[in-house]
Amino acid sequence: MSELLGLTVAQAAAKIAAGEISPAEYFEAWRGAAAGDELNAYLCHVDGDAGYDVEDGPLKGVPVAVKDIFCTEGTATTAGSRILEGYTPPYTATAVKRLDAAGARVLGKTNMDEFAMGSSNENSAYGPVLNPWDRGRVPGGSSGGSAAAVAGGLAPCAIGTDTGGSIRQPASLCGIVGLKPTYGSISRYGMIAFASSLDQCGPLTRDVTDAALLLAALQGRDPCDSTSVGIDGGIVVPSAEDLTGLRFGVPTQLDGDSFDAGVRDVFQATLAKIEARGGEIAEVSLPSAEHGISAYYVLAPAEASSNLARYDGVRYGMRAGSDSDLLEMYETTRAEGFGAEVKRRIMLGTYALSSGYYEAYYGQAQKVRTRIAEDFATAFAGVDFVVTPTSPSVAFGLGEKTADPLSMYLNDFFTVPMSLAGIPAISIPAGLAAPEGGGAELPVGFQIAAPAFAEQRLLEAAHALEQEIGFEARPEGVDG
Amino acid sequence: MTAELSGILAHVDRIGQMDLEGVEPTSHVVALENVWRQDEPVPSLPKEVALRSAPEPVDGAFRVPSPQADA
Repeated sequence: MSELLGLTVAQAAAKIAAGEISPAEYFEAWRGAAAGDELNAYLCHVDGDAGYDVEDGPLKGVPVAVKDIFCTEGTATTAGSRILEGYTPPYTATAVKRLDAAGARVLGKTNMDEFAMGSSNENSAYGPVLNPWDRGRVPGGSSGGSAAAVAGGLAPCAIGTDTGGSIRQPASLCGIVGLKPTYGSISRYGMIAFASSLDQCGPLTRDVTDAALLLAALQGRDPCDSTSVGIDGGIVVPSAEDLTGLRFGVPTQLDGDSFDAGVRDVFQATLAKIEARGGEIAEVSLPSAEHGISAYYVLAPAEASSNLARYDGVRYGMRAGSDSDLLEMYETTRAEGFGAEVKRRIMLGTYALSSGYYEAYYGQAQKVRTRIAEDFATAFAGVDFVVTPTSPSVAFGLGEKTADPLSMYLNDFFTVPMSLAGIPAISIPAGLAAPEGGGAELPVGFQIAAPAFAEQRLLEAAHALEQEIGFEARPEGVDG
Repeated sequence: MTAELSGILAHVDRIGQMDLEGVEPTSHVVALENVWRQDEPVPSLPKEVALRSAPEPVDGAFRVPSPQADA
């Protein structure tokens, strides 16, 4: 049994294709593992009686943990919110349908920060997810359940969503691979909206090859999402072993004070590993990136305040309050249905969009977004990739940052600029470092960003670097 | 929550100091073009399915408290 769980998705898919293991045998092994979830990573598991008829495809028989932000027909979908309690979607998200068409099957729906708003998974209405490396620490967020499931040996792979870092940061904190593709490469249809101009689906996997396999199935134009464009030529499994001729840009603005010493050491060591494989390290300037968080926390809440207006207790989800007064019903439903962080962002968003403040906040933030995209365009004229740490620290303790929302927001300092520019970025585990306050060593992620729709080149480089890093550490008790 | 929001706005206010005269705003990162299609009716979600997750479906519709409760 544990032999099956130790396989990567690519290895398992090859064995299934060769008839060495059956989809039922593989799925059952993972269903058993997922059922032993002690991390609160899953919100629900799929029914075991669903049968094992799966499509013939590159992911034939592969179970996937799906963030509970993706609508799944007939299976409850909550987006981590009380307000969607009782909601069973009448349709399935395109991303999930595409996985299904490739032969994969949903293993369960994973826990998340409410409406994907958070960096620690502590904003879930269904309780926090625990980090498999240290259960007293957060797994990151908002795709914390998906990351913890993969790192904790509860799923072979997962999908999540990334609006400002919600795939990359939990991947970093859990020691796995997380890819945010270019905005528009995967359909957002059926993916519950947070900030529509930033939201993007992506894979969380054990290694870069598995991320490529999932992306190949997920990406593509969808008539149901007018912003989806797909990736020219599709995605193939990466095979690059060296980095000769490639230039990796380190932002000159990377200030050593803005991240932990342990993270800095792993980052520096990884730069040396890039050089060991023939890559070249160069300096790039991203002068506006430092304003990314400020711009993001105007733009994302503004879009969220509009998107979340639909939850009013009328068409789906919970309803509370008066049976005789419409306005009171709306207010009570939203007061009881939304958590504190969601309310905070709705208020920030409506404030930023209000008459008299619109130009100063929303208009200005949109211009900062332009500047940041221009910074990257300029950088990519001289380098192939831009690299940074994924997160300023290793996984922090449960409750450590909940009292100060701003310190929580600053977790996304390195990931938000790529989201604003709409470009692809991947986090790969690069090593271990001790937390600032002391304790056992925890994973550190290394972020690589590429120009829009350069996913194949990004995956090739990440694959070559992954070979040099040779990250083999696993949480205690996890196979593979 | 007042103190938290003030702290966040103080941080956000930093972009107010930036000189962004003449910079075009970005609302969207993908260059989008309008797409035309034939206006042909296709099946949509059946009414009973659309009502299935509603808190209070009544007679094929969503029931809500009267908006004129005070009237």
